[in-house]
Amino acid sequence: MIAKLFKFKGGVKPDSHKDVSAAAPIRVAPLPSHLIIPLRQSARAMARCLVQPGQTVLKGEMIAAAEGPLCTAVHAPTSGTVRAIAPQPVPHPSGLPAPSIIIDPDGLERWIERRPFDYRCVPAQETRNYLRDCGVVGLGGAGFPSHVKLGPGEKGIETLILNGAECEPWITCDDRLMRERADGILAGASIMRHIAGARRILVGIEDNKPQAIASMRAAVQRLGEADIEVVAVPTRYPAGGEKQLIRVLTGIEIPFGKLGTHFGVQCFNVGSAHAVFRAIAHGEPLISRVLTLSGNMAHPGNFEALIGTPIRELLPLAEPRTDTDRYLMGGPMMGVALLSLDTPVIKGTNCILAGSPALFPPPPPEMPCIRCGECAKVCPAELQPFELYWFSRARIFGKAQEYSLFDCIECGCCSYVCPSRIPLVDYFRFAKGEIWAREKEKAAADIARERYELRLAREEREKAEKAAKLAA
Amino acid sequence: MNNSPYSLKPASVQSVMLRVLCALLPGIAAYVWFFGAAILVQIALASVTALAAEAVMLRLRGKPLLMFLSDGSALVTAWLIALTFPSIAPWWLTVLGTLLAIMVAKHLYGGLGQNPFNPAMVAFALMIVAYPQLMSQWPAVGATDFAMQINAIFGTRQLDAMTMATPLDALRTVLRDPEQRAAIGGLLGSNATFGNIGGKGWEWVAAGYLAGGLWLIQQRIITWHMPAAFLATLFAVAGVFTLIDSTQFAPPLFHLLTGGAMLGAFFIVTDPVSGCTTPRGKLIFAAGVALLTWIIRSFGAYPDGIAFAVLLMNIAAPLIDMYTQPPVFGHKQKEGEPR
Repeated sequence: MIAKLFKFKGGVKPDSHKDVSAAAPIRVAPLPSHLIIPLRQSARAMARCLVQPGQTVLKGEMIAAAEGPLCTAVHAPTSGTVRAIAPQPVPHPSGLPAPSIIIDPDGLERWIERRPFDYRCVPAQETRNYLRDCGVVGLGGAGFPSHVKLGPGEKGIETLILNGAECEPWITCDDRLMRERADGILAGASIMRHIAGARRILVGIEDNKPQAIASMRAAVQRLGEADIEVVAVPTRYPAGGEKQLIRVLTGIEIPFGKLGTHFGVQCFNVGSAHAVFRAIAHGEPLISRVLTLSGNMAHPGNFEALIGTPIRELLPLAEPRTDTDRYLMGGPMMGVALLSLDTPVIKGTNCILAGSPALFPPPPPEMPCIRCGECAKVCPAELQPFELYWFSRARIFGKAQEYSLFDCIECGCCSYVCPSRIPLVDYFRFAKGEIWAREKEKAAADIARERYELRLAREEREKAEKAAKLAA
Repeated sequence: MNNSPYSLKPASVQSVMLRVLCALLPGIAAYVWFFGAAILVQIALASVTALAAEAVMLRLRGKPLLMFLSDGSALVTAWLIALTFPSIAPWWLTVLGTLLAIMVAKHLYGGLGQNPFNPAMVAFALMIVAYPQLMSQWPAVGATDFAMQINAIFGTRQLDAMTMATPLDALRTVLRDPEQRAAIGGLLGSNATFGNIGGKGWEWVAAGYLAGGLWLIQQRIITWHMPAAFLATLFAVAGVFTLIDSTQFAPPLFHLLTGGAMLGAFFIVTDPVSGCTTPRGKLIFAAGVALLTWIIRSFGAYPDGIAFAVLLMNIAAPLIDMYTQPPVFGHKQKEGEPR
């Protein structure tokens, strides 16, 4: 048993709105008219396309291969024909289109040959490569490749944490997944424990999900393995933030720039564990996920959708109301507004939230900061957001970095409570963007200067050689 | 562009300021009970002046009028001015003080959220330096005849009959005069001026501020740091010196319940704009104000020292904040030393 839970400072308690979508079981979304699969599925790196337009593909067939250490493979979510490989709108804050494979389904759902992977008989590295080739990434939102996180790191992993906190309001896909597929999740976690060589597994679930907790505890009993514990953590946003959950369960605080492995702990979303289970036990690559459709909708619920399904084709399942004025991908605290409904579901899509002026009213005009300090009280990174705000606004980026700007996890708590209605997180995103741009510029200038100096040195040397030749 | 979060807690500067005003009500009620309704006239005077001055300055600065006029910050300044000035001060003293606070101390420094000095305390300090006599005419307990008070505020005659030295003033007079020093014990014991602990009537007003202040803490408008550090420091310093020489120094409870101590602890020292914001900074700031207040009360030329103490500490606030930044998540232990 866990002796005690730790606390993270700050946090807020927004209305959860989870009941509206949590009641009904997960439904399978129908096959869409076409699928748009971005080549960049794992946040950091783009996969190498393996198919040509006109080529027929099977369900689960690899259509793009992993290249580079942070890349994962991409698969055809159903059988059909490759229509094109072209830039398409993707759910990214930049709004820039990204290279994607467009597939027209044939409706036959013809699978590739699926074979379980015997992870017990091969070295862990081989299993990690297999997961990479199955396209398994974190399903919590950030989409970080799971095979990388399962690597040994410096110290190895002692504690494996499953993140079932699901702290964002409205979202219930992990809740439903834990209620309905607890055995699969735990089987996946057990496999991950084997790969990582971890000793224990802690499953953290916010205590506003009693059914999910009960379901997972029952599954632990059925699995019968030692050192697995399901822990109810206090409901307080952002308890599901990776660093916050690790802090609550283990007391370890992971600073900016460090990974869990530095401290012998690693954290995975429950959906990712389930994806690992499907890949290993059934030979199925990651081609679908459960997501929540909620907000201003007549029939909110959870749906299992193929990766690449255009959002437009999903929405009728939950029937958005007529006064819907926008759609968010993710929750109201950290979600991204969709610029186009042709955007596809990607691996990190946990929720599509319909917004209306009544539900998410436009913020009242920004007032000056009165330094009331409410933002500092709720900041889970324990920053002084109002100080960062002054520096960001005044473009004093050096000072902003000195005050730990990059430790900000952009959870939105500060903006949420600010009585002056200052969009603090917007200022921090702006400051980070400017700093990155400057660093890139500086790096480019450094390279140019180096080249110039090399050329000068070469010309100098050639001149000297010439002079020496002439003298000789 | 990503503009999350999309849902916001219902909160506004206006609601913060209105709750501060509400928290002042118990103290004001006690004030009226013991010293008459003159204070309400002063509050009205200061409020109207503050709003008018705010409107003029906003217009001059080209700022949206309605948004800033309705934020309630000018009213908080106005009420604090009215409560720190004598309630039977002539009307123009309150109006002039309020004008200086809003126009100079607030708007010339950049308006809401930008002023380095507490506007109400700037007004008090300027007025007490310029008109020490008028700023020291406090009403006597029970002299609550409203007609006479109105005459004092708007008339031309001085009404010595209804004024009386505040406990701090009386104490000062005694301490200044070597021949009377021996009488300090008797003075502090006299119920007529000093009531039970902190001055007749005044101790109840202070209790009202205390109640309102505790409610502000419960409402999360202020934190416990500043009031606790202020009151504890004042108590400790006064206590130590009373132990050393009780014929020279007033006892600690007297200090806490007299003059502007309670008002200062919960409503003036806690001004977030001109004070410190880090938890440790708040403690240092409030302790500094308390220490300076005690020094000015005990050795200075003016009866109450809170205004000067606050202004002096306002100057130091940015520096204190800079040196008391709390550690950030994950950076509390030394590099490479996981627990």
